[in-house]
Amino acid sequence: MNDDIAALVPEIALLGAAVTGLLAGSWLPRSRQWIVAVLAAAACAAGLAATAVALAVDGEQTVFAHAFAVDTATGAGRLVVLVALLLVIGMSVETVRGHKRETEYWVLLLLTGAGTLALTGANDLLTLFAAYLLASVPAYALAGFAKDAPGTEAALKYYLMGALCGTTMLAGTAVLYGAGHATLYRELHDSLPAASYGLVAVGLVGVLAGLLFKAGGAPAHFWVPDLSEGAPAPVAACLTTLPKVGGLIAGYRLLHQALPGSDVNWPLLLAVIAAVTMTLGNLAAFFQTSVKRLLGYSAISQVGYLLMALAVATRTELAQRSLLFYLAAYAVTNLAAFAAVTALPRARTLDDYRGLAGRRPALAAVLVVCLLGLVGTPPTGVFLGKLEIFSATVDGGYPWLAALAVANTVASLFYYLRWLAPLFATAGVAPAAAHTGPRRWAAATAGAAAALSLALGLAGQAFLTPAEGPLLP
Amino acid sequence: MLSVLVFLPLLVCAALALLPRGLGDRACAWIWISTAALELALVVVLWSGFDAGGGMQYEQRARWIPSAGVGYHVGVDGLSLPLVALTCLLFLAVAVYSLREYRRVRSYVCLFLFLQTVSTGLFVALDLILFFVFFDLSIVGMFFVIAGWGHGERARAAALQFFLYTFVGSLALLLGFIGLYLAAEPHTFDIADLARADPLAGSGPYAGLVLLAIGVGLAIKTPTVPFHTWLPPAHTDAPAAGSAILAGILLKMGAYGFVRIAMPLLPGSWREYALVIVVVGVVSVVYGALVALAQTDFKRMIAYTSVTHMGYVILAVGAAGTLAGTDLQARSLAVTGAVTQMVSHGLITGALFLLSGVLYDRGHTYAMDAYSGLAAHTPRFAAVTAVAAFAGLGLPGFSGFIAEFQIFTGSLASRTTATAIALTGIVITAALFLTALRRMFLGAPRLPGALASGGVADLRRHEALPTVALLALALVIGVLPRWLLDVIEPAGRALARLVAR
Repeated sequence: MNDDIAALVPEIALLGAAVTGLLAGSWLPRSRQWIVAVLAAAACAAGLAATAVALAVDGEQTVFAHAFAVDTATGAGRLVVLVALLLVIGMSVETVRGHKRETEYWVLLLLTGAGTLALTGANDLLTLFAAYLLASVPAYALAGFAKDAPGTEAALKYYLMGALCGTTMLAGTAVLYGAGHATLYRELHDSLPAASYGLVAVGLVGVLAGLLFKAGGAPAHFWVPDLSEGAPAPVAACLTTLPKVGGLIAGYRLLHQALPGSDVNWPLLLAVIAAVTMTLGNLAAFFQTSVKRLLGYSAISQVGYLLMALAVATRTELAQRSLLFYLAAYAVTNLAAFAAVTALPRARTLDDYRGLAGRRPALAAVLVVCLLGLVGTPPTGVFLGKLEIFSATVDGGYPWLAALAVANTVASLFYYLRWLAPLFATAGVAPAAAHTGPRRWAAATAGAAAALSLALGLAGQAFLTPAEGPLLP
Repeated sequence: MLSVLVFLPLLVCAALALLPRGLGDRACAWIWISTAALELALVVVLWSGFDAGGGMQYEQRARWIPSAGVGYHVGVDGLSLPLVALTCLLFLAVAVYSLREYRRVRSYVCLFLFLQTVSTGLFVALDLILFFVFFDLSIVGMFFVIAGWGHGERARAAALQFFLYTFVGSLALLLGFIGLYLAAEPHTFDIADLARADPLAGSGPYAGLVLLAIGVGLAIKTPTVPFHTWLPPAHTDAPAAGSAILAGILLKMGAYGFVRIAMPLLPGSWREYALVIVVVGVVSVVYGALVALAQTDFKRMIAYTSVTHMGYVILAVGAAGTLAGTDLQARSLAVTGAVTQMVSHGLITGALFLLSGVLYDRGHTYAMDAYSGLAAHTPRFAAVTAVAAFAGLGLPGFSGFIAEFQIFTGSLASRTTATAIALTGIVITAALFLTALRRMFLGAPRLPGALASGGVADLRRHEALPTVALLALALVIGVLPRWLLDVIEPAGRALARLVAR
């Protein structure tokens, strides 16, 4: 029995910072609540350092009766989540500074992050469900943080969807437990092949419902566009990125570790879900005029590409590193786009971006990098991610899915260009007021995230190396 | 050395973007011209040190993303060196031509420097992903050129269409590359390794599908019928300098892809489907010429003749994949002709598009009906355009003749009917160029209604210099072709052998 608490330093750092921050925030005057933000950033940095050490010394292990795995996927997931959290903290500074509930914001952010980290390492159905709740509950509160009408609607929708999917997931967990007489993946791995086909299929679909909700994949995607538009931009950035990382890594681990021997044809199921998700997201994004809503639909279509890696999880060795790499590249690129949106709080529609290049060339450059990046244009990180994921899909025996993804990529170019082209317009430029906004933190974060996105493409090996390695049973 | 050649313009571009705002437009233009001149000098040095029989030279290979099978591998051989040289020359010509550009000069210069890096990079790339990176970035760069400096709002629509259409091609190409990558053991994107291993030999329909994906991707860029529909609007609405680069360099990327990637890496399928390729080539030749004949817009007409000229290239590479009824010499002649045609087309069409820019500058329209008797007002412009038109129709003494002669001789034995049909393309092209010259330059002097008669200026120095230089080189190649053919021929022979294995 391995109960090495040191293996969980990143999770504990976030949790500890959340508790300390909450207590400290109750006594801090409003003008000094930024101290909690510094604490949050320090916790992320400590988590990153601990992850780097664990990766460097091969500290791979499973802890707490194998219920939690600290392995390649967890390590890569921690890197992505913690860097993403740092970026979200950076872009939030101006939005919540001096807000009367500033501390609460930082604490909720830390708790969401901690829950997501728990999702990436869950190696047991019950741990998985607990992590699901840990990651979801603070996120509901974050979604409604602004307490305005669109935010409340978004939060309510998010909560109802989450509650429904959570219940389904719990039922699925129960069915799988009934079928396999265990909740640990390593035991399910051996017992599920002998279990009743129907039970396994029903149980798996139930558990997947929860994970698809976290990732924002069809048919549990309805909350994404509303939340993306209604919540404050940094919150939308966080909630379209972090839960995706957690949900998809958790799904990959479940499929790869617990169900490789089962007769249930889940690869086909996931391939179909991937196809539907990317197509729906793209079609809906076509004629959006609100930039945040457009990013929401783009987030759905990107989940479709990511789900391709899950479909071929056990069919090719390329699946794991393609999933992890794409997640990293997508996270920084998406955050860069949202950070740019945060830096321009008065520009809501595509038309408000007309002529941005003339007034704020640096932000326009960031948007060029991340919009072309989201399409998958080299040399950005998402290009390399797409290359890896398409290779994995073809290698895994779904060339039709790869061809569909290519068609979807072309379609997505259309709406990203609808945003990109007006940036350089010289006629009918938007009023100058639309292009004003915080110039320091949000803009700097956008620049840093865009630079990371480019770096991942140009020096992708740096992240591919930690993304390669076996999962622990 | 090659890396310096490739990335020097990008460095200058980055430096230019970071320099303070106070820098004048003329200074930017002169920085561009000096960079382009330096690049041309570098190519001349490369060429003088190039050993024609030595295969791949100036190679550089470095690990880049080994997990993904991607490496940084560049080098030049007889197929790529002429195109690299063409790129540097044409960019210098365009730089001189753009000396009087006044709209957002710094961004304009930066974009063209970026495009030069991308173009030279593509021609020296020996890794499929490196090739793809440059292939895709060329689309991005050209999109901004057309959208930003094209003719009005229409240009935005044309740019969008151009981006979407060619992006489809690039993704098809990517799928094909993935197919090659997965077939190779160990998985790799390296062109040299893949050519050596021939991983898809004997794998039947799978290899056919890979060739289909790569073929469609390259055919869209080349472009061939039926994938050419993006070309006319993109050219019509692009600025003259953009058109010259688009036609002169970017179209070559597709054709070059056939000789660098499709033929040596998929020799079996290439031979199997050679007939399809020949048919596509011939249809492009005849259809492009017929549609060009029907145009009333001067620039659109030149755009369609590009389809014809690239059709010859496709015919030649298809014939090079036909083994029956031919020998190695004929097939390598066809390949040599194809590469010569790429160079020749780049020079002549580059000049023609720059001249059409002069026409638009004076008359604000490309419609041929609007002009008549221009030779009276602008004798120099008329003379240079006439020379370019004659070069374009393949008159002996110009590079086009050398190229087309080799293509037809190399293809005739194996693809007699196809070659005979393609020959009609020459006749139609001659007819359309002569008609255009007669309508615009001869007859009673008449200018577009809005202009005061007699108020039209002849060719200025910065316009004459690049066009005359390009045509002079076409003439040199037409009269003394050995220095060029000596470089291309050994590589053409090696390629013909690779296809036949």
